[in-house]
Amino acid sequence: MMSERNLNIAVLAMFIGIPAWAYFSDEPFTITLMTRAAIFALAAVGLNLALGVGGLVSLGHAAFFGLGGYVMGILAYHAQTYTPLAEWPFLVEGTKSMPVIWLASLLLSAGLAWVIGSLSLRTTGVYFIMITLAFAQMMFFFSISWSAYGGEDGLSIYVRNNFPGLNTLDPIQFFAICFVILLAALFLSARLAKSPFGLALNAARQSPQRVETVGLNTQRLKLVAFVISGAITGLAGALFADLNRFVSPTMFSWQLSGEIMVFIIIGGVGRLFGPVVGALVFVALEHFLGGLSEFWHIYLGLLLLLIVLFGKGGLIGLICGREKVHD
Amino acid sequence: MTDPVLATHGLTKTFGSLVASEDVSIDLKPGEIHAVIGPNGAGKTTLIAQICGTLTPNSGRIELAGVDITGRPTRARALAGLGRTFQISALAMEDTVLENAVLGALGATGNPWRFFKPALKNIELREVAEQALHRVGLDDVMSTRTAELSHGQRRQLEVAVALTLQPRAFVMDEPMAGLGSEGSKVLTEFLSELRSEAPILLVEHDMDAVFALADRISVLVYGKVIATGSVDEIKRDEAVREAYLGDDA
Amino acid sequence: MSLVLVFEQVLNGLQFGIMLFLMAAGLTLIFGVMGLINLAHGSLYMVGAFAAAAVAGATGSFVLALLAALAAAAMAGAIVELAVIRRLYDRDHLDQVLATFALILIFSEGTRWIFGSFPLFLDIPTYLRGPVTLPGGIQYPLYRIALIVIGLIVAAGLGLMIARTRIGIQIRAGENDREMIAALGVDISKLYTLVFALGAALAGFAGALVGAIQSVQVGMGEPVLILAFVVIVVGGIGSIKGALVGSLLVGLTDTLGGVFLPRILNAFMDVSSAANIGSSIASMAIYILMGAVLIWRPTGLFGARL
Repeated sequence: MMSERNLNIAVLAMFIGIPAWAYFSDEPFTITLMTRAAIFALAAVGLNLALGVGGLVSLGHAAFFGLGGYVMGILAYHAQTYTPLAEWPFLVEGTKSMPVIWLASLLLSAGLAWVIGSLSLRTTGVYFIMITLAFAQMMFFFSISWSAYGGEDGLSIYVRNNFPGLNTLDPIQFFAICFVILLAALFLSARLAKSPFGLALNAARQSPQRVETVGLNTQRLKLVAFVISGAITGLAGALFADLNRFVSPTMFSWQLSGEIMVFIIIGGVGRLFGPVVGALVFVALEHFLGGLSEFWHIYLGLLLLLIVLFGKGGLIGLICGREKVHD
Repeated sequence: MTDPVLATHGLTKTFGSLVASEDVSIDLKPGEIHAVIGPNGAGKTTLIAQICGTLTPNSGRIELAGVDITGRPTRARALAGLGRTFQISALAMEDTVLENAVLGALGATGNPWRFFKPALKNIELREVAEQALHRVGLDDVMSTRTAELSHGQRRQLEVAVALTLQPRAFVMDEPMAGLGSEGSKVLTEFLSELRSEAPILLVEHDMDAVFALADRISVLVYGKVIATGSVDEIKRDEAVREAYLGDDA
Repeated sequence: MSLVLVFEQVLNGLQFGIMLFLMAAGLTLIFGVMGLINLAHGSLYMVGAFAAAAVAGATGSFVLALLAALAAAAMAGAIVELAVIRRLYDRDHLDQVLATFALILIFSEGTRWIFGSFPLFLDIPTYLRGPVTLPGGIQYPLYRIALIVIGLIVAAGLGLMIARTRIGIQIRAGENDREMIAALGVDISKLYTLVFALGAALAGFAGALVGAIQSVQVGMGEPVLILAFVVIVVGGIGSIKGALVGSLLVGLTDTLGGVFLPRILNAFMDVSSAANIGSSIASMAIYILMGAVLIWRPTGLFGARL
C-alpha cells in the first residue's frame, strides 16, 4: 500500500512532469489535455466540498460550470464587439481580463448556488438530487432560448483573454495558470475541511441531530458549503470556456453534471485528491479509449459500474486503503 | 422556593388517536436530579423530544430559565442552555472522540464561520473539549475514531459533549444503558457531583441508579404523570406500585 | 388569442402531461417500493422507442411495434434489475445515482452501436393519421387524441391494479413497511423485479408512443427523465396520484407557457423582444413551478408530510 500523501505527491508530479515533457518535445496537444484535466479537477474539487464533506449529492453542478463559462463568454463577447453589456443603471463594459472574469464568475456562481441551494436544501435525499438536476436543466434550456448570446450555437471568443504579464495563448502558460488555481483550490479546501466550519459540516453530514443539539444550524452550514462549492465549479467553467475559446449550452448539460460527479467517484469520495485523480484518469480514458473506439463511453460506464459496486473508496481507496484518522 | 430552571406546563402530544403525552407538567430546580421513570411506551422519549425541540407539542409550554422556548428550534434551545444526551448515540461516528467534543465546544461559541485555521489547533476549543473528556474519563481515547468506542464509552462521550456546552440544565436520555455495573457506578458518582453545576432531568431504566441519584422522581404512565415525589414517597406510592413497580418493589 | 388556440394548446399540454405520467409513475413506484432513484429510466424509454421503430420497420404493424416496445423495455428492465439494480437497494443514494448514470452510458452507447447515430422514424399508422373534428368544429390531430385516451386508460388501469389486485396490495404494503411484506410471505426479490419491469414497460411504452411524433434517437430519454423528476418533486414521491396531477400541471405549464407568454408580453413590448424574453421565461416556467411548490410544500403536493 502506498501512503495517500505519497500518491498525492506522485499525482502532482505528473501534473508538472507531463506538461514539462510535452513542452520540451513540442506536443502542445498533450499540454491542452493536461489543462483540460486540471480544469475538470478544479470543477470536481468544488463539488467535492458539497458532496464529500457536506454529503450533498448535487447532480446539478453543471449549472455553475456553465454559468462560469457564460460569464466569461458574455464579458469577452462584449469586449470583442466593443458593445457595452449594460448602460443602465450604470455602464457595464465587457472585459478581456482574466482576473476580472474570474471574480465575476465566482460571485455570480455563488449567487446562483445560493438561490438553488436555498430551494433544494428545503428537502433532502432523493428530492435534493432530482431538484439540483432539474435546476441545471433549467439553465440549459434558458441558455438555448436566450438568443442574444448564440442560443443553441453558443458563443465563440476569437482570442483568449489576458492575464497581466503572461502570454495566455502559449499553451504551457495557460496550463500554468489553471494548475496554480487548482493548487490554490486544493490548499483552501484542505484547510476548510479541517477548519471549525469543516468540522461542523462533516458532523452535519453524519449526524445532523447532533449538530443541532450543540446549537449549530445545519441548514445554514450546508448552504454555505453549497455556495462555496458552486463558486469554485463556476470558476472552473470560466477557465474551461477560455481553454476552448467557446461556450455553449452543453456546458450546462446533465451529462456534465454527472461527469463532474464521476471524477470524484473514480478518485475517491471525500479524499482531498479524489477529484484530481478522477479527472486525470477520465481525461486519459477519454483520450486513449476515445482513440480506440467511438463507443468508449460503454467502457467508462462499465468501469464506473465496477467501481460503484465493488470498489468503494475509488482508485485512491484501492491504492492507499482506508482513510487514516487525522489527529 | 427557588424558581425552576426547566419546566413544562401541560404538555400534550398526540399521534392520531394515540396520546403520547397528556398534560405533563414537571419542573427541574437548581441543584437537583429529577428522574423520569415509567414502563416502555410510557412516553418518556416523546417527552424528551418535545423538551429538546425535535417534536412540537399540540399544546402546553416549555420554559427554560423563565423564558418560553416552546416554539424554538433545537439549536436555539441548545444556545439557551439545554444540554442533551441521546439514548441512541447521535455522534459523528467517523470522527475522533476529540473532534466530537470540539464540535460541542464550537457550538457553544455560536460561531462556526471560521474557514481557515484547523479546529483542533484552536486552543480555546481544544481546552474546553479536553477538559470535558477528562471529566468523563475519556482522556485515553481522544484520538480514537468514535465508531471504535465501546457502547459505554459512547455514552460517556455523549455526556462529555453536553458538558462542553456548559448548559443551564441537562436532559439525559438513559445515560446508563449498556454501561455495565462498574461503568454505571462511575457515571452515577459523576452525575451526583454534576447536579451542583446544573440540574439534570434524567430518564433512566436503571432503578439502582435512579434511587441512588434522584432528588425527585416523576412516574410517567401512558403519557401521564401519575406521581411526583422523593424516592421514598415514590416507593411508597400505591398507584405507582400498582402501575409500574409491580411486585419487585 | 382565440379560444380555439387555447383549447388546442390545452389538449397539447394534456397529451404531453399524460406521456410524462407514464414515465413518472414508474419512477415513483420504483422509489416508493424499493427506495431507489433510477436515472436509467430514460434509457428504458429509449429502448422502447427503438424496439418499436425497429419492429415497425420490419413488419409495418404499429400494434406489433407497441407490443415490442413493452416487451423489450420490460425485459431490459428485468435484466438490469437482476444484474445491477438489486445490488443497489441497500446502498446510499449517491451509489444509486452513479450506478444508474453508468447504465445510461452503457445503454446510450450500446444503442448507438447497434442502430447508429442517425435518428430512426416511427410512422403514425394510417388509421390514426390526420385531423379529427372535435365538438365546436376544432380540428385536432387524431393521433394526439389517441395518446391522451391511451394514457388515461393506462393510468386508470394502473390505479385499479394498485387498488384492487394482489400484486397491488403487495406494492402498497412494500411502500409502507418492507418487513410486513416479508412477514406476509411475499417473495420480495421477485416483487422487486416485477415492479422494476413494470416501471420499465411503462417507460418503454411512452417512448414508443412519443417516438411516432418525434424522432427516435439516442439521448431522447434523459430530457423526459428530468421532466419526470420535476413531476415527482411537484407531485410528491411515491404517490401515483401525485404523479398524475404533477404530470398534468407540468405538461400544461410547459405547453401553455411556451405559446402564451410571448403573446402576453407582447402587450408590454415589441414583438421580437416579447418573443425572445417570452420564450426564455417559458423555458424556465416548469422549474419556477417546481420552486414555488418547494417553498410552499417541500415534500410535494401529495407527498407524505413531515
